Amino acid sequence: MPNIAVEIEGVSVYFDSRCVLEDINLKVLENDFLGIIGPNGGGKTTLLKVIAGLLKPTKGSVRVYGKPPDKSEKLIGYVPQMNQPDLAFPATVWDVVLTGRLSRSNLIKPYSVADKKAALEALKAMELEGLKDEPIGNLSGGQRQRVFIARALAAEPKILLLDEPTLSVDRRLDTKFWEYLNELKSRMTIIVVTHDISAISKYVDKIACLNRRLYYNESKQITREMWMEVYQCPVDIIAHGLPHRVLDEH
Amino acid sequence: MLELLQYEFIRNAILAAFLASVACGIVGVYVVVNRIVFLSDGISHAAFGGIGVGCFLGLNPIYSAIAFSIAVAVGVGASSKKLGAREDTVIGVIWALGMAVGIVFIKLTPGYVPDLFSYLFGNILTVPRSDLLVMLVLDIILVLIVALFFKELLAISFDREFAQTLRVPVNIIHSILLTLVAITVVMLIRVVGVILVMALLTIPAAVSEIFTKRLSQVMLGAVAFSLLFTLLGLWLSYLTNLPSGATIVLLASVVFFLTLLYGRQVRRRGS
Repeated sequence: MPNIAVEIEGVSVYFDSRCVLEDINLKVLENDFLGIIGPNGGGKTTLLKVIAGLLKPTKGSVRVYGKPPDKSEKLIGYVPQMNQPDLAFPATVWDVVLTGRLSRSNLIKPYSVADKKAALEALKAMELEGLKDEPIGNLSGGQRQRVFIARALAAEPKILLLDEPTLSVDRRLDTKFWEYLNELKSRMTIIVVTHDISAISKYVDKIACLNRRLYYNESKQITREMWMEVYQCPVDIIAHGLPHRVLDEH
Repeated sequence: MLELLQYEFIRNAILAAFLASVACGIVGVYVVVNRIVFLSDGISHAAFGGIGVGCFLGLNPIYSAIAFSIAVAVGVGASSKKLGAREDTVIGVIWALGMAVGIVFIKLTPGYVPDLFSYLFGNILTVPRSDLLVMLVLDIILVLIVALFFKELLAISFDREFAQTLRVPVNIIHSILLTLVAITVVMLIRVVGVILVMALLTIPAAVSEIFTKRLSQVMLGAVAFSLLFTLLGLWLSYLTNLPSGATIVLLASVVFFLTLLYGRQVRRRGS
């Protein structure tokens, strides 16, 4: 029986009186590659933030390897949505990736040899050594996304959380991007939030659907009922056969 | 020009320019990349309230100005969150309040009334020796804090939310940053005055950013540009017999717009 990486029980999140997540129950096993899909505003980002400990749920409990989220900073590598950081920011790829070590380094002390080694490993895993001294603003969308994954990997996490990772990546580079994640799969648990269903169905092992409530049966199958609940439109579903598709056109 | 150096007030002015440039070069870069220009300006106007109160109580106004500006720097974020008001609205109110408090207390001050104009527009030529010593101490504190928290300050400036997932104490680091801004603003009031503080906090950093792309190098460059603006501005004001603070700002602004144009050219050629 593999370890339980993330265990969420009865989690609800309210913003003022608006319910964003309702009674979420989810068990993610070690080395799972889980994709979470759902409409915009369905609470995908909120759920990731709850797991990462950025947001305290109104109700319910979250455990990351048995620990509460505020003690799990060394276990989690968070890759936020890309629209946020300032791209004109004066920092090199190396500066940015090193910040991933802050959960392990000490306040006041400079980065240690071990910190630099881990950051370099992370750069290599994302094939970014050549861009080490490049200003972050000079990179393409896809390269930048890899920098943010490398930054998360520098922390040597056991769980990688990705929020809409392909949103600003060039379409043609999409598959390459998923191959990178595929490489990491054997080493860690990956949870990726996206609405890119076609890519996700090829690479992930399990899919959950989220629209305020979570629909998940620990497999890659999405049932007609799940789909109806989440997207509220009828579709025909093919779960087997074509490896690229979970769902047929409607 | 060298014969000017025999005057003590000129030597003091050059020292003041140097000490102020170290502070505004380093801290200005954080102000610019964190987009807290408006907050910083609010802090500087609150500092004017501190100057008024200091005069009224017969203290050196630099101390009361520091107390006021640090209180505002740390208080604005916390109070707007607690009271549920928008932060920039609170800044706007504090800004006006600081000015009003300053003017009222200076009016109430019995006897000798200090020159309001020199606090509003600055006068680098009247910086006394005792203030130079205070500025030196503030510079040392500031450089030490930035050196100690450099990696954390970079992390929260670049991506605060990510830093939070690593449990970097983002609120504490942010308060430290705002305290640095408060200290710097008070130092700059001596040189260019409340109203023109923002010029020295933003322009050297923005100009330096065009030429280099690493935080530490942008800081060094900003210190150099700030020194260039203040000294050259001072000299120009001597030649033209115009007020020093305004001349410094005019010079810096011209350079700012020229480098923006240059930066655009470079980007065009690059792409």
